[in-house]
Amino acid sequence: MAQLRLPPTLPPLFPELPRRLQVDASTVAGAIGELDARWPGLRDRLCEHGPTLRPHINVYVDGRRADLDTPIDAASRVDVIAAISGG
Amino acid sequence: MTKTVLLVGTRKGLFLLESEDRRNWRLRGPFCEGWPVYHAVFDPAGGAIYAAAASEWHGAAVWRSADLGETWTHSSAGIAYEDGRRLSKVSNLAVGHGRVLVGVEAPGVFESTDAGETWSLKTTLAGQPGSEVWDDPKNQPPGHLGISAVIADNASKDHWWAIVQGIGLYETIDDGATWTPRNRGLRADWPREHEEVGFCVHKVALTSDPSRMFQQNHVGMHRTDDGGRTWTEITEGLPTEFGFAAVAHPHDRDTFHVIPLDPGHGRTMPDGKACVWRTEDAGATWRRSDRGLPQADAWLGVLREGMAGDGYDEPGYYFGTSTGQVFASADDAASWTEIASYLPAISSVEVATVE
Repeated sequence: MAQLRLPPTLPPLFPELPRRLQVDASTVAGAIGELDARWPGLRDRLCEHGPTLRPHINVYVDGRRADLDTPIDAASRVDVIAAISGG
Repeated sequence: MTKTVLLVGTRKGLFLLESEDRRNWRLRGPFCEGWPVYHAVFDPAGGAIYAAAASEWHGAAVWRSADLGETWTHSSAGIAYEDGRRLSKVSNLAVGHGRVLVGVEAPGVFESTDAGETWSLKTTLAGQPGSEVWDDPKNQPPGHLGISAVIADNASKDHWWAIVQGIGLYETIDDGATWTPRNRGLRADWPREHEEVGFCVHKVALTSDPSRMFQQNHVGMHRTDDGGRTWTEITEGLPTEFGFAAVAHPHDRDTFHVIPLDPGHGRTMPDGKACVWRTEDAGATWRRSDRGLPQADAWLGVLREGMAGDGYDEPGYYFGTSTGQVFASADDAASWTEIASYLPAISSVEVATVE
């Protein structure tokens, strides 16, 4: 299963959501969909209507910038990053 | 024992100020995970707090607490446009008649009838004069026009108001199915493409008399005595024509308060002297209410939802500043006390009375 890492701003929004977890999906969108099934509403925190990734949410698969259609497999590491912004 | 609770929306979350006597206050928060909170309201029927918030990272949502802030949930289920318009933030809430309404940017109003769990689009005021401006893709958010206020009528579910930022005030009497611009008599110091709209309505305050409302506009204070059909300017006697926050006396239709600001880029209280201005004759004359407020080096701003009043026989008023202070009056604006000093920039203040 792919290794998924979430930004620290996300777990406080959903009870018992860990920052690191494993997902069984073939794309980034599928991984987010799996999370949304377990924690309803989570997709809305990462994606805009469309869906597309929110402007300040970046996803990397094995260190490369990815989008929702990017494929993943059992060996993938998926990092979801909240952009460095704000103050 | 009755408790007065101030709901203070800030750039870094929601705070609650609580008091049994309106003189000694306790602060709790921040809530909503530090998301910028644009407006928060209390639903006396359901006993819940709702907060309209928008995270730069995680988007817009309405937060809800059914236990006065002890625990929170959030939802944006259904708060999205299906037609490609962008939705950057939820900005203003109204509760009543068993539902919650939230105004959003780009302009639209969403409704929840299940205590904020799910939402559906109520209206975009489609086809109204001015809608071609806010529906233009180049004017889509962030940073463009939105619904800056949804104003409910406690007497009628079908009757409510919406302010479109920079466009004007609209009224519906059929629960959002049709709309009528209500801006006649307002002043605009810029060209307008429509007779009925193109006005910069900052804040509309209801009074104890449904036919009378007060309005702080970008240019001038105004009053209506016919339920918004016509407006009369009442700026004379105020130090500036510009401001945002305004609140009416809960029992006296002639008494009303406003916080004039420098209309330039500063948008702070004139001369660095904090002051609420009060009329007791429907705007014919104005006087300062500044006892207890700082009268030197006080460059304070107050935004459109930054002032509120309670409903006691001797009313209390409250305002929060863009530099994080909250001031309260428990004696009908005779004097003021600073009850919080170091909050983040304040967007909104609302007051609830809780048993």
